[in-house]
Amino acid sequence: MTPDEIRTAFLQELTNVAPDIEPDTVGPDDHIQDDLGLDSMDVLTLVTALHDRLGVDIPEADYPRIASVALAQAYLAERMA
Amino acid sequence: MGIFAMPSLGADMEAGRLIEWLVSPGDAVTRGDIVAVVETQKGAIEIECFEEGTVRELLADIGTDLAVGAPLATIQAEGEPIPEAAVAEQATPVEAEQPVVTAPAPQPVAPIPPQRPQAPAPGVVQSSPAARIKARELGFDLAMLTGSGPGGAIVLEDVEAEKTPQSKRSPQDEMRRAIAAAMTRSKQTIPHFYLSQTIDVTPAMEWLTSFNEGKPPSERVLLGALFLRATVLASAKVKTVNGHFTEEGFKPSDKINPGLAVALRSGGLVAPAIVDAEQMGIVELMAAMRDLVTRARAGRLRSSEMTEGTITLSSLGDSGAESMAGVIFPPQVALVGIGAPGLRPWVVDGNVEPRHLVTLTISADHRANDGRQASRFLSVFDSLLSTPEAL
Repeated sequence: MTPDEIRTAFLQELTNVAPDIEPDTVGPDDHIQDDLGLDSMDVLTLVTALHDRLGVDIPEADYPRIASVALAQAYLAERMA
Repeated sequence: MGIFAMPSLGADMEAGRLIEWLVSPGDAVTRGDIVAVVETQKGAIEIECFEEGTVRELLADIGTDLAVGAPLATIQAEGEPIPEAAVAEQATPVEAEQPVVTAPAPQPVAPIPPQRPQAPAPGVVQSSPAARIKARELGFDLAMLTGSGPGGAIVLEDVEAEKTPQSKRSPQDEMRRAIAAAMTRSKQTIPHFYLSQTIDVTPAMEWLTSFNEGKPPSERVLLGALFLRATVLASAKVKTVNGHFTEEGFKPSDKINPGLAVALRSGGLVAPAIVDAEQMGIVELMAAMRDLVTRARAGRLRSSEMTEGTITLSSLGDSGAESMAGVIFPPQVALVGIGAPGLRPWVVDGNVEPRHLVTLTISADHRANDGRQASRFLSVFDSLLSTPEAL
């Protein structure tokens, strides 16, 4: 997957969890909890969806590494390489 | 032949609009079957059947607004003969029954979109004379309205708009109105008192980390499930916090059905219950929570979940304020509020250590409890969380 495809996949799963978020308005450094308002259940739902879609099992200790689009893009690329 | 009537939808909702029938005449139904879907101020709610038998006639049309107690269908019990003329008679509307008590929403911190821009001096509502007269006639509080006139002033049109049918308002407005009405009534009728205790959740968090380690995301458990389990077990020990207060006074509940305050992203919140939670372990409670939150957000809860809660848990989650004294959801008599965990200095075995602490608060109804019971609830909850492996 290209970095762009990873970013798109992450954004799609993020907006599935929070359908009121417009993908175009999400900044690369927006924090998914502090800025976009996801709660711990939402984060778990997102991590579950990413596991199903990309096959990447993100351990709890790595949750901070998917806290924004930019962070997640880099982290997922690394894990999928 | 029984009349199946519109059940209560929770203390803060008195009516709903029928949007779907899931049964037809001739269908067999049993207790708990979902027979219809009703659109309410808090989203679509699946109406469950309370009787067993065969559906004979549907008495309400799709699109009808139905008050609690309105007849929905006739249901013939097994072996019961089909009556000749009774059906048409029974179809006359039953007097709508007011829900037993009133209701609030537990978490007083739901995001409220800023509504009145350019408000003048605080506390002063600008309005036209015609609007004031009309509002007085209709019994509206002008402060509750949104003005569309110059500088946000309330004009006659705004008051008129307020009395238009519910369907004209946005779902967010409906939700906000339901919460406003319910919380006001709760605070007016329930003598609340509040007790708080700081508890060390480090053992619970450490236990969870090792429990979740190596598990796929779908099997992981959140701290919220431990709070829920502790609420259930502490309620089993302190029975005066678990039940309903009605005209006959406080009635403790045999079942423990903890309601879970779920904030909705569009604003507002709901507090559906996990029915019969006493036998559920951590893993089952976590699954029930996931299911409930997903359906609450999708606006697809069941009527029993809206009415059978016996105590409510409202947790602020990972970040946010450190304590919360919430408003009790009638006819319940207690609400457990949990602030966001924070790393703070704490004395452990005579030494100051950084520990993860939360402030646990119980809001209790003084008609059913005194400080003693509420305090005992907090201490049982604390001790349960200090040995999470036993949960």
